[in-house]
Amino acid sequence: MALPEVKQTATEARLSAMSLPDAGCTRAAREDALARVREMGLPGRRDEYWKYTRPDTLVSPDVTPAEVFASDEPVMFDGFDRLKIVFVDGVFDADASDDLSMEGVTIDRIEDICCKDIHWAKELYGVLEARGQQPVQRPLAALNTAFARDGVAIHVTGKPSRPISLIYRHGSETSDAMLHHIIRVESGAEVTILENGPAASRFNKCMEIDVADGGVLHHVRAQGRDHQRRAATHMFTRLGAASVYKSFTLTVNGVLTRNEQVVELTGDDAVAHVAGACVGDGDFHHDDTVFITHDAVNCESRQVFKKVLRNGATGVFQGKILVKAGAQKTDGYQISQSLLLDDDSQFLAKPELEIYADDVACSHGSTSGAIDDTALFYLRSRGVPVKEATNMLTLAFLAEAVDEIEDQSLASDIVTRLEGWLARRS
Amino acid sequence: MLEIKYLHVQLEEEDKQILKGVDLTVEAGKVHAIMGPNGSGKSTLSYVLSGRDGYEVTEGSATLEGDDLLEMEPEERAAAGVFLAFQYPVEIPGVGNMTFLRTAVNAQRKARGQDELSATDFLKVVRAKAKSLKIDADMLKRPVNVGFSGGEKKRNEILQMAMLEPKMCILDETDSGLDVDAMKLVAEGVNALRDEGRGFLVITHYQRLLDHIQPDVVHIMADGRIVKTGGPELALEVENNGYADILAEVN
Ligand SMILES: Nc1ncnc2c1ncn2[C@@H]1O[C@H](COP(=O)(O)OP(=O)(O)O)[C@@H](O)[C@H]1O
Ligand SMILES: [Mg+2]
Repeated sequence: MALPEVKQTATEARLSAMSLPDAGCTRAAREDALARVREMGLPGRRDEYWKYTRPDTLVSPDVTPAEVFASDEPVMFDGFDRLKIVFVDGVFDADASDDLSMEGVTIDRIEDICCKDIHWAKELYGVLEARGQQPVQRPLAALNTAFARDGVAIHVTGKPSRPISLIYRHGSETSDAMLHHIIRVESGAEVTILENGPAASRFNKCMEIDVADGGVLHHVRAQGRDHQRRAATHMFTRLGAASVYKSFTLTVNGVLTRNEQVVELTGDDAVAHVAGACVGDGDFHHDDTVFITHDAVNCESRQVFKKVLRNGATGVFQGKILVKAGAQKTDGYQISQSLLLDDDSQFLAKPELEIYADDVACSHGSTSGAIDDTALFYLRSRGVPVKEATNMLTLAFLAEAVDEIEDQSLASDIVTRLEGWLARRS
Repeated sequence: MLEIKYLHVQLEEEDKQILKGVDLTVEAGKVHAIMGPNGSGKSTLSYVLSGRDGYEVTEGSATLEGDDLLEMEPEERAAAGVFLAFQYPVEIPGVGNMTFLRTAVNAQRKARGQDELSATDFLKVVRAKAKSLKIDADMLKRPVNVGFSGGEKKRNEILQMAMLEPKMCILDETDSGLDVDAMKLVAEGVNALRDEGRGFLVITHYQRLLDHIQPDVVHIMADGRIVKTGGPELALEVENNGYADILAEVN
């Protein structure tokens, strides 16, 4: 079917400013992805899937400039022994990065893979993204597959001793960055992936994650503090039998964020937890869009999203659990909640369940509310000043999401950021 | 210590008068009890004294050691020495009981210009006090009042009171929902705090708590007023004859 003219024009305008990289073994995948983009068209304001979030600035040929924010806080994950891979405005920075070798894992740059004819990542590049285009289209991810020049391919074969830390620095006010990462966790292997930083004025990130039977991947991300940055990220995850995927995202500020998580549980007994805590004010707009497909027996999925909104900020949650026929004994849980610190802020939620198996336990809930007056009075009656009491209750509200992080020291680093955000507004 | 004069209170939301001229003075070192039928305004009095929103004082005053309580924020009243043991203690998911206690103690110390307690000092004190109230380590770690039984919640109130060492303790139906053993524990906790510098206002519907916490003065409240004041024998009168006789007599 032909695209509406507006959409086609917008899509071609964006594409005309870009060229496919000289791509070696990923060439075919990129050409396919480009064809997908042309077929779907880039997201438009009328699209159902973009009902609550305006895609204009994510799609436009030009980048809306964004100030580079100089934080006075300690660097995220600073105290952790980790293997650092640094990108500045979406370009790998070898000097700032650690040596990429570590036992139990091989790490290659996507750029290097592109000059090779054969590489394991070829089996995956664009594959999970392409699968994730059904039943809902995600054209920005296809755009990424086609045009991203940098990123890493991480092949986890053992249990590397340190987390792999992807650091995204923002350097230029007009930067427009795309990164594409591929992660393959082999059977029985286990890894922790950290991501932090705003990355660029406009950031499009696509991550394809394939976890084999019994593999484990922990992911903790913090998206920086730059107020004006815009980001559209996609994580496509395929889980084998008895594998585990646990992902947590912290979003503090950022004028526009759309984080999509597409998870497919394809092997029995797999576990997927995706969680997020976001805090924002003013023109902050934050969208979590999650699609979890149960396609095997006895799998567990959890979605826990908490948003604190003030001064007119907007939070969006679109979350779906799809239980395919035969995916018996599915345990699906989804909760999305917002805490509105004033009357101007809003939370738009669209929780969905679609179930084709009969022996499943799925629950979902979505709430939106203000600080609990009774609890606030209780704390104040014990002598806790109103600001401090409000902050305590706000952190308590976020705790259920933060508790999804297994590593206690990572979790406490996240809590410190949240406390900092609250303290700066007290 | 606490002086309440001609206190008139109505609801902010609706035009409903609840307290209709309460006069009451609690001296330091004394235990005053307020008894009265349900709906007479006992909880309202305790809330107004501790600063809860939703009530409007239309006439009268309430002072603590001469300072106007009604002008203060709830946290200022707490720092000045007011403590309310809630009739219905509030559950706060996500806030650990211990964190809550330490924050409260240190906030009050700070407001009074004292140094904060170190974590170890705090822990020592809290453990000792918790033990005497039979509050175990697990209850201290759990979120405030979440999943606590009725009795555990009330004991937790007394623990907070013991930690905060307020000048003026107001207990709102601390006996409700307690079995005899739990009531003894709570009474012991309260009695341990009795001293010359501290006043108590013990609100209760039944006389039985007053077997364990001996009051100096007993007031009967009805329809927003103190209608009768006497010694401990007044509580026994209520116990034996109910409120009907007293109310009939006053009317
Ligand atoms: N917030 C409120 N909203 C509506 N009615 C209230 C409120 N607070 C108190 N009241 C009413 O005021 C009266 C006194 O209540 P309360 O102080 O709880 O009495 P007691 O503690 O003696 O049982 C009751 O009729 C009660 O329904
Ligand atoms: Mg009451």
